[in-house]
Amino acid sequence: MATQTADPIIHNASPDAVVVRFAGDSGDGMQLTGGQFTLSTALAGNDLATFPDFPAEIRAPQGTLFGVSAFQINFGSREISTAGDAPDVLVAMNPAALKVNLASLKPGGLIIADSGEFTKRNLEKAKYESNPLEDGSLAQWDLLAFDISALTIEAVKDFGLGNKDALRSKNMWTLGLALWMFDRDRQPLIDWLNAKFRTKPDIAAANVAALNAGHAYGETAELSGPLKQVHIGPVESAPGLYRTITGAEAVSLGLVAGAQLAGLPMFFGGYPITPASSILHHLARLKEFGVTTFQAEDEIAAICASIGASYAGQLGVTSSSGPGIALKGEAMGLAVMTEMPLVIVNSQRGGPSTGLPTKTEQSDLYQAVYGRNGDAPIPVVAASSPGDVFECAIEACRIAVEYMTPVMLLTDGYIANAAEPWKVPDVDSFEPFTAKFLTENNNPDGKVLPYKRDAKGARPWIKPGTPGLMHRIGGIEKKEGTGNIDYSPENHQAMTDARKAKIDGITVPDQGVTLGEEGGKLAVVGWGSTFGPIRRAVDNCRKKGLDVSHIHFRHIWPLPANSGELLRKYDKVLVPEMNTGQFKTVLRDQLLVDAQPYTKTSGQPFKIAELEAAIELALAE
Amino acid sequence: MTEVAKIETTLKDWETDQEVRWCPGCGDYAILKAVQRTLPQLGADPKNTVFISGIGCSSRFPYYMETYGFHTIHGRAPAFATGVKLANPDLDVWLVTGDGDGLSIGGNHMMHVLRRNVNMQIMLFNNEIYGLTKGQYSPTSREHTRTPTSPLGSVDHPANPCAFALGSGARFIGRGFDVSKNLPDVLKAAHAHQGAAFIEIFQNCIVYNKDVFDDFAAPKGAEDRQLWLEHGQPMLFGNAKKGDIKGLKLVPETFSFEVVDVVDGDWEAAGVCVHDAKNRMLAHMLIELEFGPYPMPLGVIYDDPKPTYESAVIAERAKAVEGKDNNLARLLAKGQTWTVSGTAQDPV
Repeated sequence: MATQTADPIIHNASPDAVVVRFAGDSGDGMQLTGGQFTLSTALAGNDLATFPDFPAEIRAPQGTLFGVSAFQINFGSREISTAGDAPDVLVAMNPAALKVNLASLKPGGLIIADSGEFTKRNLEKAKYESNPLEDGSLAQWDLLAFDISALTIEAVKDFGLGNKDALRSKNMWTLGLALWMFDRDRQPLIDWLNAKFRTKPDIAAANVAALNAGHAYGETAELSGPLKQVHIGPVESAPGLYRTITGAEAVSLGLVAGAQLAGLPMFFGGYPITPASSILHHLARLKEFGVTTFQAEDEIAAICASIGASYAGQLGVTSSSGPGIALKGEAMGLAVMTEMPLVIVNSQRGGPSTGLPTKTEQSDLYQAVYGRNGDAPIPVVAASSPGDVFECAIEACRIAVEYMTPVMLLTDGYIANAAEPWKVPDVDSFEPFTAKFLTENNNPDGKVLPYKRDAKGARPWIKPGTPGLMHRIGGIEKKEGTGNIDYSPENHQAMTDARKAKIDGITVPDQGVTLGEEGGKLAVVGWGSTFGPIRRAVDNCRKKGLDVSHIHFRHIWPLPANSGELLRKYDKVLVPEMNTGQFKTVLRDQLLVDAQPYTKTSGQPFKIAELEAAIELALAE
Repeated sequence: MTEVAKIETTLKDWETDQEVRWCPGCGDYAILKAVQRTLPQLGADPKNTVFISGIGCSSRFPYYMETYGFHTIHGRAPAFATGVKLANPDLDVWLVTGDGDGLSIGGNHMMHVLRRNVNMQIMLFNNEIYGLTKGQYSPTSREHTRTPTSPLGSVDHPANPCAFALGSGARFIGRGFDVSKNLPDVLKAAHAHQGAAFIEIFQNCIVYNKDVFDDFAAPKGAEDRQLWLEHGQPMLFGNAKKGDIKGLKLVPETFSFEVVDVVDGDWEAAGVCVHDAKNRMLAHMLIELEFGPYPMPLGVIYDDPKPTYESAVIAERAKAVEGKDNNLARLLAKGQTWTVSGTAQDPV
């Protein structure tokens, strides 16, 4: 695979995959450049995975090391599982971007740098003592340095923009060059620019001119330098309609689909927080799907209003990240106690406390599984990729409605922001789980019994406004059946047992083997966004002849019924996680298997090479 | 909100089979009865009525009302109630809270439900103490209140609930006290108000803060210490039988009120101010009136409706969905897509 060949792609006219990293100042529009390059990659039929890597600051001081924003994309004519360990091509828009990202560039890789930004001042800000473009320190890489700033100003000079405005098109110039390099069609980008700047035709024209100039420059430079055009053919994919999707979009669409399958309007209560806010942004535009979004005064009000909406008969959903989820804990307990359907989406980020707002981690698993006062079990579903979130969101809605319970859906910052090609699913392929409301008294001997359980252990859902079924619920322990206040020892025992039995009894599909055999020397067990690197690492190791399999869990709580039996078929179980070993603890606790941790909390996803080394070590021990 | 048909009920229809568990003599009993007496007069329908509360003595209220009821968590009842009203604006929501629940832990939510103007009645039972946790001082306790957590007397300055509500943007401010015969009238006015109606109800905690409101609520001499406000009527108080009537006169130079004697009932001659419930400045002045030199203003202090939050949400949604459908398949396939056929791909 490309990320491991010693020979970088630029020496090969048709590699099967390539990793490009765009890096610049936060103000340089790198995320937008990456996003548009992603779209063009998808339209070219490549498989792809992306990794947007940006600072927590909105606009950090220009030119500084901590203000560098990067976007990495791995694309190929074969299956792509991760954004790639090491870039083949690094586009550095200033000295700071070069400095921060150089270490990961593959030996022999290509650096494209804007020499116009390598001024004395910018070099100082990036803490360079001499200009790396000139002092020979980049000798182990191919270097293409030219004054992108000046070339951009030249390209847009006919549009009468000031220097500052003209330089805003620098990212389009760079994108044009990248499009030439990978033999891409410019038209979808031109259409997009014209649509985006519909009301500002001058700006649109300037951006298109910059894009074209970058493209033309590629053709010219090819004649005289190390720049080569590379063609990557389409990947073989299952037939169907495709689009690109990010995790945040997929959560939103999955929730909309879940609400439709339940036959319910959706109420989404949220409060701005990174990286969860984008779900609120998406859903706020989907009112025609029966979605009400409510930007609450805080995280607590967001979940409480959602529970209130569920109580009144809608599908309540709330969403947040680490510290916001912590604030919602008490209300989750009330939803457990009153047995109210609710979906809680946690887009995990680095913690504790404010932690790493824009970086990824899987360290909220304990919080999801164990993190409430009292015995308050909540089902937990974890998504493994942007596309997988769609199905997981539907699954979370199903469990919430069928079992009258809050459900936690775990994603993370990586899934939320990353994009991948997604085969648009057939909406008719999902089984509806239409919500039923109690409309008649369920007690022939007297008043309605709001806590009379069905075969699944779920209580009836009763909407206020229903004649004859008035009743009171709340956070105080309630009597079996009637729901009246009852603190008696035998009743609390019975209700605690009933709440636990209901969650333990949730039907989840048996756990399968993601890649490899059912049994053997080593199972690498993962959950969440580590799916891509684990799959690729296990695949590579298997190709080397190693006896290793990949098992990836979607259902964290309750675990699939066959989990223990399955994991005991392997001599060893290795659990890579972006935390200090939380799922490992759950597996040991629930299954009594000797799961061994392999952990990382740097805020960056696992590299394939790291995992391969860990697998080889585990097998050698 | 659609107009709901008025229905016939009696006080008994609003009582549950649950044993009421407040301390004997607690002011909450009187408030419960006042509410149960008022609802039949409003023609309210138990099945469309929802009582939502937080945590505290007052928040046990929903268990005693034969309606839908939700006893939630400490301080957050306004947020639950907002969700309920957005999901079903036709429900008649009554929020029950206290000085600790509504102004301490839940002060933030109280502010936002008022500024958003969600259509509901908010009854804040103010007993100036934490009752359920056994008598600690609350955000409305007067300075120097001695409690287990303030053995030398509290040093906090108390909050003024009505001033807080008005400052948060409330469009209805009412005030009453537990055993007052006028309380049902205040509740009725609050119910008639479309929007968030804030009612401060002084409530006697006979165990931890007994008779703390006696200075104006005690029956003896009450006429001299209570100013019951009525829209369009002069601000008069005092003992009519003894011919000892007083009124509030506006002093424009100092932007304050002066207590004046009314001779032979001629309040106009005495310059007594007429209450205008739609006058927000007047409401501010009345709420800030210092008790002692002045009587305690009670009744409907302010009542000037403006569009409710849920009506704005509904209107916005109606506009947003115009000409759009809810075809999920189309939504999923939105944006730039491409088709992979059996053999070759074919960009769209």
